[in-house]
Amino acid sequence: MDMKVSKKLGLKERYTMMTRDLAWDTTFQPMDKVFPQVGYEGIKIHDWDQWEDPFRLTMDAYWKYQAEKERKLYAILDAFNQNNGHLSVTDARYMNVLKLFLGSTPPLELMAARGFSMVARQMVGAGPRVACMMQSVDEYRHFQTQIHSISNYNRFYNGMDEFAHQQSRMWYLADGKSFFDDAITAGPFEFMVAIGFAFEYVLTNILFVPFISGAAYNGDMAAMTVGFSAQSDEARHMTLGLECIKFMLEQDPDNLPIVQRWIDKWTWRGTRKLASVGMMMDYMLPKRIMSFKEAWEIYFEQNGSALFNDLARYGVKVPKCFAQTIEEKEHITHQSWIGFYMKPDACPFHTWIPAPDELDWLSEKYPNTFDKYYRPVLEHFDRQEKAGNRFNNKTQPMNCQVCVSTIKFNEPGDPMEMCFRETVYKGEKFHFCSDHCKEIFEDEPEKYVQTFISSHAALQGKCEPDGTDVNAHDYRPGARMHAYWRMDKRAAGDFNGSEDQKNFAQWRDQATKN
Amino acid sequence: MTMLKTLAPYDFPSSDAVGNYQGRQLLYVNWERHRMFSRPFVLALPPETPFAEIIDKHMTDCFSYHPDWAQIDWSAVKWLNGSRPFIPDRDKSLADNGIGHKDLIRFITPGLDGIAGSGY
Repeated sequence: MDMKVSKKLGLKERYTMMTRDLAWDTTFQPMDKVFPQVGYEGIKIHDWDQWEDPFRLTMDAYWKYQAEKERKLYAILDAFNQNNGHLSVTDARYMNVLKLFLGSTPPLELMAARGFSMVARQMVGAGPRVACMMQSVDEYRHFQTQIHSISNYNRFYNGMDEFAHQQSRMWYLADGKSFFDDAITAGPFEFMVAIGFAFEYVLTNILFVPFISGAAYNGDMAAMTVGFSAQSDEARHMTLGLECIKFMLEQDPDNLPIVQRWIDKWTWRGTRKLASVGMMMDYMLPKRIMSFKEAWEIYFEQNGSALFNDLARYGVKVPKCFAQTIEEKEHITHQSWIGFYMKPDACPFHTWIPAPDELDWLSEKYPNTFDKYYRPVLEHFDRQEKAGNRFNNKTQPMNCQVCVSTIKFNEPGDPMEMCFRETVYKGEKFHFCSDHCKEIFEDEPEKYVQTFISSHAALQGKCEPDGTDVNAHDYRPGARMHAYWRMDKRAAGDFNGSEDQKNFAQWRDQATKN
Repeated sequence: MTMLKTLAPYDFPSSDAVGNYQGRQLLYVNWERHRMFSRPFVLALPPETPFAEIIDKHMTDCFSYHPDWAQIDWSAVKWLNGSRPFIPDRDKSLADNGIGHKDLIRFITPGLDGIAGSGY
């Protein structure tokens, strides 16, 4: 008997059959009831079939690629562990970059996974639905590999084990949490602009430079591989975010002002989130890659300008905050490091004053600002520390109602003055770090009056560790924050004299001497 | 006008309404051109707290670490509540000094500009 063999499908046909061909319009219930969220933000979509799939990937191919990445990743992690790879990094100070990055990022990856899964559910078109679902699975993978990665270092160094507990409690983790909480409580299209476009497309390189390149420059093969494994997915994420922007703008001219407002809002929110990332580049990596300022110029000013030139044909303008971020690139990392240095009891990672050659590097990289505004105070701190009078600001911070950063940024045009903005809504005062955050609040005050500000919550008695007796005569709200945070005191304060420093030196000696 | 769009009624209380502070109110304090302290600090105090306590206790505890603190000419200091200049009466309460919930007190010390005149 003759077998009839069908011709193997081409990639394009195969993709179509595995995505759009599997979609249908509902008839038992109207489509707008099945997909209730796609309309309420005001975005008008007339024809979902016009969505251009930016990459044509079917699930079977997806699993194959991702499985290969995982195999490589875990082979390298195993080799790293078996060879005590952690001892080959430049300097034990480097571990604090991991503590900050891996302590804050995995829960945000999880929120991204949840967000894309929700958006995938709401997208009417099969193309974006499948792409969002894959991105959700990617984000979940990043979340898991980053946590695996923590375990490589957690066995040896202090302060990494409570990241999950600290995520929704620790003051300095609040900005990232607030960023994702804001995005995930928006509608599906705003989420796509927030995470898919502003974060993944415009800002993601700045996030990965200190992590992946920082790991490579400092001899950390494990973190570098985790980072590369994640970043290999980012190319897809970026094209998805950009395609979504183009799709909205092509569908209806009324979408432009809505999209523009979201681009303005989320580029600014992302920029604020990156202040502490920049600080890793300028202060925390023992061997620096480039300054934050240089990275900002390449990845935001140059690449961002090219992107927005490309989008100008749709009527999109550069984000409103563009000029302010260019002024701030000279300042924010120094302002952030001072903010962390002065809280030696309240961060589960170490801080230090840069060594003289590192101060010289900063002077060279920041010729307009470092010697004038920041070097004198850092040298003052250093003298005080050596004299046994280490700075410790024990007060609670004032925070921005929108980005939840501590209010520590300067007035535009005057680096010596703090920038304050305020507004009154329903008889209550609200404070902001900038005009941009104030505008975000005023556009949707109902949302941002609910912001969780940890210093405020503590003063309301909402941040007490288990077993606190609120009726005790000496009870003071917020007096037991360290226990509430589950702070490991060994991980806090100065790097000099820390257990991490001593252990690293001892283990490295054992590995390299007789 | 709000641009918030929702699928259902959306009305939630402010997280930091004065009623959440058990008879106290929030006060922020910043020492201008002394950015060593990174950001203003926040306190929750009863409105009847005398203003002297803000200076003698809270500001002294925090700001006296700065070498400029000992140099302050108290007859020359200026104060702002938000952007509004005011002259606090040490012996009067926060309320009697017109200081309400979530007010920001900005403390200005003319002639003192931080470490090496850097604003820090």
